[in-house]
Amino acid sequence: MSALVIADHDNEHLNAATRCTITAAGELGGGVEVLVAGHNCAAVADAAARCEGVSRVLLCDDESCRAQLAENIAPLVVQLAERYTHVLAAATTSGKDLMPRVAALLGVAQISDIIAIVSQDTFIRPIYAGNVLATVQSADSTRVITVRRTAFQSAGDTDNPAPVETVTAAGDSGLARLLEENQTPSERPELTGADVVIAVGRGLGNKEHLDLIEKLADSLGAAIGASRAAVDAGFVPNDYQVGQTGKIVAPRLYIAVGISGAIQHLAGMKDSQVIVAINKDAEAPIFQVADYGIVGDLFTVVPQLIAALNR
Amino acid sequence: MKILVAVKRVVDYNVRVRPMADETGVEISNAKMSMNPFDEIAVEEAIRLKEAGIADEVVLVSLGVSQCQETLRTGLAMGADRALHVETDVELQPLAVAGLLKAIVDRENPALVVLGKQAIDDDANQTGQMLAALLGWGQGTFACAVKIESGAAVVTREIDGGTRTVSLKLPAVITTDLRLNEPRYVKLPDIMKAKKKSIEKLAPEDFDLDITPRLQTLKVSEPPKRKAGIIVDDVNELLDKLRNEAKVI
Repeated sequence: MSALVIADHDNEHLNAATRCTITAAGELGGGVEVLVAGHNCAAVADAAARCEGVSRVLLCDDESCRAQLAENIAPLVVQLAERYTHVLAAATTSGKDLMPRVAALLGVAQISDIIAIVSQDTFIRPIYAGNVLATVQSADSTRVITVRRTAFQSAGDTDNPAPVETVTAAGDSGLARLLEENQTPSERPELTGADVVIAVGRGLGNKEHLDLIEKLADSLGAAIGASRAAVDAGFVPNDYQVGQTGKIVAPRLYIAVGISGAIQHLAGMKDSQVIVAINKDAEAPIFQVADYGIVGDLFTVVPQLIAALNR
Repeated sequence: MKILVAVKRVVDYNVRVRPMADETGVEISNAKMSMNPFDEIAVEEAIRLKEAGIADEVVLVSLGVSQCQETLRTGLAMGADRALHVETDVELQPLAVAGLLKAIVDRENPALVVLGKQAIDDDANQTGQMLAALLGWGQGTFACAVKIESGAAVVTREIDGGTRTVSLKLPAVITTDLRLNEPRYVKLPDIMKAKKKSIEKLAPEDFDLDITPRLQTLKVSEPPKRKAGIIVDDVNELLDKLRNEAKVI
């Protein structure tokens, strides 16, 4: 038995979420191989080959894989899948886009967003916005799985890289074409991998006040996240959203500023090591999950915090 | 152009769901039920395409218990033209739902299927992608903008690093994200009018499909609770706790 991990990457860098997926695949007890499908992506294959626990990397370098459209990648994964008992990807937006397509083509279930491996066919995954954990057992011979990054350690590097072999692409499906990609520019750590996250909510009131949050993030070398309300209000871009249907984070320190703490938001951050809440409403549900809370106006508390940190 | 929209009846998003004491299921027998919020966005998008003169018919489909009819009535009141209800008490998992939806698509021949990116009960985020796979169609998942132009759907998708825009050959499947639109409130006259619209009843047995669940839920449990925190007086006390007690900065 062995597992195939589908690498998440941008043709240049291996997404750190894939390293956590490699760790999860290793827990299954068999060999771990990685598929890197993209174009001019040899650097990604090299990085995957250096990950601890990886025994082989399959590189599919083809123009039709450049944009990593699920329509083009899924048939390739299906061709390879019969050699494996498990096919895994990180539960990133690309993994979530691709893996159900792979599973349906294989005629098997897909197991979403697992947070623990009980045995080779049994997994734990959150449902109902993380209010409930379900232990599910698969009856399929190939288990297609997405993995929650924050639940598994990142695989380190080894000095003995695994061999890289090339595989042939399935070709262009002709179903989809990438027109444009807009990356949100950021000098900050990537949100799902950051050590410290400052998250902002509706309490900010106005987009112009975001510089206050940025200053606080600068003082702590933090990433910035947000509640759905803050994204909907246009304070920050969509990819800042933390929660049930946004990003899942579990940093060392999470500071929620002006966030009331709807269950949908808590679903995305309640596994953080230490949670701090700053809110003027003492009854806000965020205080129920916070280790430390300050009841006060964020426009008073945050400047004091910045001043004290920079002292 | 005909648009098919799949809607799911789920526990309302405001309900806090807990496992039953014996861990065999969740406590939802008396919970308020609603249309899955992402599916509501899907219905809204389809109706807007009809109002813009791009679509000429919006057909809803829901799979599940008899009360799914209430969910369908909500969508009809929003402005959909007619509805299909595949009635069953059997638990349907995403692959089975996708298989049944494919059978409906084969019957209805829509140019576009729109559905929510994820249901807020099982949080699977699979059905749209699975349906696209079974149909051999393109998929525009997590859509925050949709344009139909010359035989293609131009879909802007919310992705981890920002957005990306793809052009999909029609027919295609689109799954909705939160920022696609803000669903309208239904007014009383619309609810009255919707009562006259047709809901056609079907059964899974009408289709030659294996809908047996592939995943067995062995148990459901409560996630570990966080221990109660404290309210600190000021910023200095907070930083002292973070540095010396929690040791995180």
